[in-house]
This record gives sequence, C-alpha cells and structure tokens, in this order.
Amino acid sequence: MVRGLLIAAVLAIAPISVSHAAEAKHPPKVDWTFAGPFGTFEQGAVQRGFQVYKEVCAACHTMNNLSYRNLGETGGPFAAAGKWDPASGVWKEVQLGAPHHGTRFVPAPDNPYVRAIAEGYEITEIDPTTGQEITRKGRPADRFVSPYTNPFQAKALHGVAPPDLSLITKARHDGANYLHALMTGYTDPPEGETPPGGATNLHYNPYFPGGWISMPPQLVRDRVVYDDGTEATPEQMARDITAFLAWAAEPKQITRKKTGFATLIYLLILGALLYAAYRQVWRDVKH
Amino acid sequence: MSGPSTYEPKTGFERWLDQRLPVARMMHDSFVDYPTPRNLNYFWTFGAILMLCLVTQIVTGIVLAMHYTPSVDDAFNSVQRIRRDVPFGWLIQNIHATGASMFFLAVYIHMFRGLYYGSYKAPREVLWILGVVIYVLMTATAFLGYVLPWGQMSFWGATVITNFFTAIPIVGEPIQQWLMGGFAIDNATLNRFFSLHYLLPFVIAGVVILHVWALHVTGQNNPDGIDVKDKADTVPFTPYATIKDLFAVVVFMMMFATFVFFLPDALGHPDNFIPADPLVTPPHIVPEWYLLPFYAILRAIDFSIGPISAKLGGLMLMVGAIGILFVLPWLDTSKVRSMRYRPIARWFFMAFVVVCFVLGWCGAQSPDKVVAQAGEFTIDATFTPAAGGEQKFTATGHTLEEAHKAFEKQRAATVSAAGPGSLTKTVVTPFQFKVTQLSQLLTLYYFGFFLLVLPILGLRETPGRVPETIAKAISAKRGAAVEKGA
Repeated sequence: MVRGLLIAAVLAIAPISVSHAAEAKHPPKVDWTFAGPFGTFEQGAVQRGFQVYKEVCAACHTMNNLSYRNLGETGGPFAAAGKWDPASGVWKEVQLGAPHHGTRFVPAPDNPYVRAIAEGYEITEIDPTTGQEITRKGRPADRFVSPYTNPFQAKALHGVAPPDLSLITKARHDGANYLHALMTGYTDPPEGETPPGGATNLHYNPYFPGGWISMPPQLVRDRVVYDDGTEATPEQMARDITAFLAWAAEPKQITRKKTGFATLIYLLILGALLYAAYRQVWRDVKH
Repeated sequence: MSGPSTYEPKTGFERWLDQRLPVARMMHDSFVDYPTPRNLNYFWTFGAILMLCLVTQIVTGIVLAMHYTPSVDDAFNSVQRIRRDVPFGWLIQNIHATGASMFFLAVYIHMFRGLYYGSYKAPREVLWILGVVIYVLMTATAFLGYVLPWGQMSFWGATVITNFFTAIPIVGEPIQQWLMGGFAIDNATLNRFFSLHYLLPFVIAGVVILHVWALHVTGQNNPDGIDVKDKADTVPFTPYATIKDLFAVVVFMMMFATFVFFLPDALGHPDNFIPADPLVTPPHIVPEWYLLPFYAILRAIDFSIGPISAKLGGLMLMVGAIGILFVLPWLDTSKVRSMRYRPIARWFFMAFVVVCFVLGWCGAQSPDKVVAQAGEFTIDATFTPAAGGEQKFTATGHTLEEAHKAFEKQRAATVSAAGPGSLTKTVVTPFQFKVTQLSQLLTLYYFGFFLLVLPILGLRETPGRVPETIAKAISAKRGAAVEKGA
C-alpha cells in the first residue's frame, strides 16, 4: 500500500508544480541572509532598512503592529549590550549587537538608541486630568507613529490607502523577493500599454499585479544618506528596506529557528531511543 | 475488547476504588491488556497520532483564547499581539495554525487506511460512522477557526461558504442570516464563530470516546482483514502497541516541528496577513488545502438540472461527497475486507487516491483555467477597401489576447497599405478543457467509486487466497521473504 500511495502522490503532485502562471512578472531570487533554516539578519542591514523606512516609507505608510521598543528587543536592529552599574542605576558601555564577554543584553525600554529614536517623535494624546489635547515626546512603549491623523485620511490623500507595512513580506506571495523587485522594477511601460481608465497618477511596474501602481518610484540614488556611510544605491536601499520589513513582519523569527533546531535534535534523540525500545520489545514477536 | 477483565487491584486503595468506580479497571482493560493483532503496520499508529493532534489543538487553543479578542476591530491585531508580545505566543499560535493542517493530514491517512483495509465492514460499521462524524465536526471546527484571525481569506472564505446556504430553497436565506447573525459577515458572525470554535473540539473529544469504545468492543481490524481467532494472533496493547505508537508519534512530531519552526507560513495563504476588508475582494478565494477537494466538487457543477440550480447542485454534491461515507459499509459488497487480497479493487482504490489529490489541485485553481487546448484561436478577417477589391487575412494565437494582438498588427498593416474600408471578422475558439470540466470528470469518478465500483466489483471480483489466521498470514509473508532472500 505504501508504494502504491507514493506513486499516487507523485502522480497527483506532478501537475501542480507547472501551474503557477502568474499575471505579474516573477520576481528574481535574491540571496537573503535571513532566508532558510540557518538564516539570520545582518544588524547593519536592518538598521539601514529602518533608516529608509523612517525617511522614505513612513511619509505615507503606517506600521501599526510595531512599537519603538521592538527595535531594541533581541534580534532587533538596535538590540544592544552593556554593563549595568547598580550604583548609578544606568547602563554603561552600551554597544549595538549581541552581548559578549562581560556585557549583558540591555532591556529595550532602557536601550539608549531606542529611547533616542522614540524621543524623536511627537505623540499627540489626551491628558486624562484636563481632557485637553497635549503633545509629548515619544517613549519606547509607543507604537510607530502614523503619518495620518485618522484612517480615512490615507485614502483621501492618495486615492488608495497605502498598505500597512507591519506584515508586508508575509502578506505577499514570495514577499521578500517581491518587495525587492517592486522597489527596483519601475520601467517605461511596454509599447501600447496604457494605464486603466487613462489614469494619470499610475506608474508602470511589471512586478505589480496588473502592472500599474499608485506609488511613484522612490529609491533613487542617494535618497537617504546612510548613517554608516554605505553608498545609497537603489539596489542597496531596496535590499535594506526588505531586510528591515522582513524582520518587522516576524521579529521572533530567529528565536523560532533556533528553538526549532533544539526541538528537532531532542525529538531525534527521543525517536532513536524509542525505536531501540520498540525493537527490544518486539524482538521475539513474529509480525 | 469485550471479554473477562484481567485487572487485579494490587493495593487496598485500588480495591476500595474498584468496588466504587472501576476506572483503573477500564484503563487496564483498554490500554494495557487489550489484545492487539500482531500484524498491524504503521498505518495503525495514526489513532495515537490523532489523539496527540486533538490534545495539542485543545491545549494551545485554550491558551490562545486567553489572549485573543473576538471583535472585528481587534481580532487581526490581537493575533499579531500574540505572535509578537505574548511569551511564547509565536510558538503557540504557530502550533495551533499548523496543527490544523497536521490534524487533517493524519485524519486523511487514517481514513484512506480504513478504506484500503476495509475497516468499515461488519462488525465495525458504527465505529466507522463515528469516525465520519468526527471528521465532519473537524471540518466545521477548522472552518470556524480559520475565520478568527480576521484576515482577508478568513472574511471572504466565510462569505463564500455561508453564501452557499442560500442555494437551499425557501429556508436557505433565513439559515444564512441565522448563521451570520445579520445580513453580512460582521462582528456578530465573528463572536458566534469564536464561541462555536471553542465548543466543537469538546464535542469531538466526546465522540472520540465513543469511537474508542466502539473500537474496543469489536477489536482492531488488521492489514490482512482477518478476524482474530485466538491468543496466538494478538499481543497485549502494552508494551507492544504503546511503544510502537510512541515511536510513530515522535516521527510525526518531527515533521510537525519542521513546519512549525521552519515553514510556518507554507500551509497558509499570504492574503490572510491582510486585515479583512469587506470592500476589497481578493482575486482568488480559496479554502485551506484540506478542504480543496470538496471545494472543487462544489464548483464542478456549472449547469442547472431542472429545478436544481448549479449552486444547489454543487452544494448537494459536496454534502453528498462526505455523506456517502456514512453508508459506505453497505455499499461495499465484497466479503473480503483487506484490499491486499482484492487484486482489482486495489487499483480502483489507488486511482481514487489520485482523484482526491487532483480534485484538491482543481480546488486551488481558477475554474476557467485551461488545462488542455486543441489548436489555437483563429481570427479570420475580410477587409474591403473603399477603393474596391477584397483582402483576406488570418491571425492566430494561443490565447484570445495573443490572437487579437496578431490581428491588430495585420489590420494596421493592411489598412495603411490599402486605405480606409470596411472590415468583417470571425473568431474561431478552439476546444478548451478547463478546470471545471476536469473537476466534473473527477467528481464522476469520486461518486462512481462508491456507487458503482464498490457495489459491483465486490460481487464480481475473484479475491486472492485469504489466509485463515493472522499467524498463518505472518508465516506466509515471512516464508515469501525468506524465499526472496535465498
């Protein structure tokens, strides 16, 4: 029965693999550092990606599921390590990156990089004691500030609401490759191709389903000036923003993979022991 | 299995309890001393695997319910909050979402096992029917659960499925509104789906108890489909079956873990990471993979038969596709249980498995997708210039669009050469075999297998020689193995 089922399964799966005729152009594969079971994020790339988000994307796109503290959590772009000084009650010698000998992970709310980023934003809220609208400096616990004062403004301003970017690499098929291709893929439309309904505010991009997208091309050379001195080519910025958004879609993904290895090794040993026990129990039984 | 109990209380407390509530006796007779056919293969470990799946779903589900908010405004973000902020929430949510797929994978193997080895035949009809009841409850629970994350596919899946109830004459629309709690999928729907999604697993657990009870009355079937005759045919459940089940469960968990930790999104749809939007319909609305074959059957009917509309016909067939399993024990007329000894039925079974897979593929495609096409699209045109004369030209293309493009080129060339005039054209469409037609053929085989093959073949097929006892079947197999080796 097993052999028959295998044949059946192969026969059945065969037609599936050839059926992906997509309407949009297939994005080219990029060799991401975070892809695959062993993949991790390069902290520099995710930091640069955050800078691109902050200076370019955030003008129109929300990121509702992210808080500033996320940036400093384990695996985040601004995760840092330092030495806790109990006498003064502050962290000293704080440096970006994983803890090494003698330093400890700095909790995100104390992380000076995260605090600085959060404080760069103004938060408008209602003061509960007076009922008046006030503005205050951002805190690590605050959600990423939206460029809109209400959800209707996005659509009113742009015609289509720009999608929220919290989950964008998960919300598109082959998300990371798609995003990279989309950001770098703007071209002149092929001969005879015109925007639907003669719209004038659409841009041609073969990777976008239907070919016509509301978002104008963004990543022109030197659109941002990278803090770390990296040359801001469109390709570089596209890779960085994709890395950042891939991290943001699931900040716990590196923990997930690491836990996965430990779990599989545990199950492998347990399985081997159980198999040995099974052989032992059944050794004298004809079956 | 029914028979004298071999349980002997060893301590004073056990004796005291045994006279008042003999649970220890029941457990001993069911899971320790219970006689198990010695020729069972690994397909018989899926009962234990399914038990693991049910417990996993209930335990992770209870934890998720502590953090989930069933409201149209918050549901989507509350799932993200679980994945991002709740300690180990990412793990629990991944296990629960992947677990649904694993549960169905295991139950399908379990069901195909029952089908191949004739585990539904007398005296196991009630056992089989209870299994089908569990399966129906599982599909309902999975459908309800898929709505809860309130993504685009959650919302539109729920819209499509509840919409099918309107196909039922007279009472259809009231039933749909009653299910939705209003006139559209909205907060009321989400709330009641959450409530029912929490309820049904416990109903499943209840029916599982009946399923196991029925199993332990009749005893397990086995790959040779022979009745157990004496003690030489069996081994005690513990340690023999328990250790084998545990090993199989761990192997299954390794596959489960691979999906949970390394491919958590592989079984889902990207659209469900977009919050539900009643104003934006996704280009393709598809259910989860485990419901695709039934979705294909539902959509296979694109014609009406008398008073039965296409929609109602599809609904009836989809319900019938599962419903027919309830009467399967009486459709199969063969006296031989296991297809190991049914040389012809075996091939019809393999074809049935393939049909189910391909139906699943059809369910994921657009119904208009062309599977095969004979020839090309042809546009025959006749151009009559105002100056007189007549020019004919033909454009072809693999699709209508390509043919039109080719046609436009020729037209432009002809007109620029000959000046203005009038044009007539005829489009010839080639024969196209589409997903809908393929689904129709496969649906025909699906029902043909149950309604024609099993009843007729059972009477006409000459079965192979069935060994008299399990012990003899084993020694025959080992003998053959020795011969092969020599």
